[in-house]
Amino acid sequence: MTSLGIFGAENGVMALVALLTGAGLVFLALWIAGLISPKSYNRQKGEPYECGIPTRGESMSQFKVGYYLFAILFLMFDVETVFLYPWAVKMRAWGADGLLAIAIFFAIIVLGLVYAWRKGALEWK
Amino acid sequence: MILTDITETLNFANVTSAIDNLLEQTWGLPSWAATTIECVLVGVGLLLVYALLALFYILYERKICAYIQCRVGPVRVGPWGLLQSFADMFKILIKELIDLKNVDKFLFALAPYLVIIASMMAFAVLPWGRGLQIIDFNIGIFFLVAVSSIGVLGILLAGWSSANKFTLIGAMRSGAQMVSYELSIGLSVLTMVCLSGTMSITGIVEGQNRLWYLFQGHIPAIIAFVIYLIAATAETNRGPFDLPEAESELTAGYHTEYSGIHFGFFYLAEYLNLFVVSGVASLLFLGGWQPLHIPGWEGFNDVMNHVPSIVWFLIKCFVISYIIIWFKWTFPRLRIDSLLKLEWKYLLPINLFNLVLMAMIIFCGWTL
Repeated sequence: MTSLGIFGAENGVMALVALLTGAGLVFLALWIAGLISPKSYNRQKGEPYECGIPTRGESMSQFKVGYYLFAILFLMFDVETVFLYPWAVKMRAWGADGLLAIAIFFAIIVLGLVYAWRKGALEWK
Repeated sequence: MILTDITETLNFANVTSAIDNLLEQTWGLPSWAATTIECVLVGVGLLLVYALLALFYILYERKICAYIQCRVGPVRVGPWGLLQSFADMFKILIKELIDLKNVDKFLFALAPYLVIIASMMAFAVLPWGRGLQIIDFNIGIFFLVAVSSIGVLGILLAGWSSANKFTLIGAMRSGAQMVSYELSIGLSVLTMVCLSGTMSITGIVEGQNRLWYLFQGHIPAIIAFVIYLIAATAETNRGPFDLPEAESELTAGYHTEYSGIHFGFFYLAEYLNLFVVSGVASLLFLGGWQPLHIPGWEGFNDVMNHVPSIVWFLIKCFVISYIIIWFKWTFPRLRIDSLLKLEWKYLLPINLFNLVLMAMIIFCGWTL
């Protein structure tokens, strides 16, 4: 069964329309704001706003590596979740074979979580 | 008989086919021209609804927050402050767009585009009513989850390109939070896809013809609903999970350096995302635009069928949004470590267990 969007148009076309509408909204509003908003120059205005006192040091500085760890964990689990979707749709059709196959796959996900947990990767340090 | 007539006249597909006929037959336009006009119509409609809904939501939140805090909220501009958001929008349009010295200009300009496009595309997938759905992929719900996650990129870019320590920390926090909770959203959506057996949004809504999935799915559906609500609150960066923009620590988080309407885009997208997550919750759990049906109560079901489908959808969205706004004004803000602990040590294992439970229920025909 193929499903079509509004007006019986191709879904891809309508997705493109939504994308262009979003881009158009930002573009138009910025253009209007550029026309009617005031402009004045002051050297202080270009400074980064950090508490109102002069900025010290490099702004694009190093940051905590902990965020990176969670991003990696997310990537792992999210990709595994994506693989579960086709099974979820075809679950009734595939029956016991499908369930067995996905149980093994699922066990790997759970093992991954247990491993990360035991290793202390889920702690915020 | 009256019932079928009413549902037929309320079917929006009739309106679209009437417009299609008018363009192609009555005016005799070639089909490419008709398609172009229809695309423009859809675009303009989408833009108007998007902007109006965001403005309405800003007022909605301010009113609810006011009543929770025993105030009256905006009342001066228009009746019940209805025009307050419009006034704010015009005010924000005439504010200066400040040129900053150290920013990465290209990425700084790109970030609002990503945020708005992500919310606009997710918004276009929502089923508003019978036949009133702009994009209807047969992997609809998957598409929705996929496009709405583009927003994280915009936020990370905004924070990083601003060349400000606070925006950087805010963006990193926001990134960690949004990707973590996206896992919960993905898994609870997956649980409901198990139940529905289809990813097409039309299919999911049709499947709840007699009974909503929240009631069809027994306990796993209720657990998934609760997890979805928590994760959706975190995903939209709203309180108690609003630490990316915790004012007392980070000035305004990732959008500190944005001024005027540039900031307005993030604000707009935040409220639209609130609507989108409420829309997804009502679509997956509360039957989308399907009216409330109680098996066995034929008279009651007949009356419910007479309410237009778009009204049903909007009511469900507003109720769920109300709950999410209520969270914000009730709970204090979490710390980053407790936030990540909640997701990875509680919600994720519960979600995985819930998925197994749902599979068991469907597979063995268990009823709890």
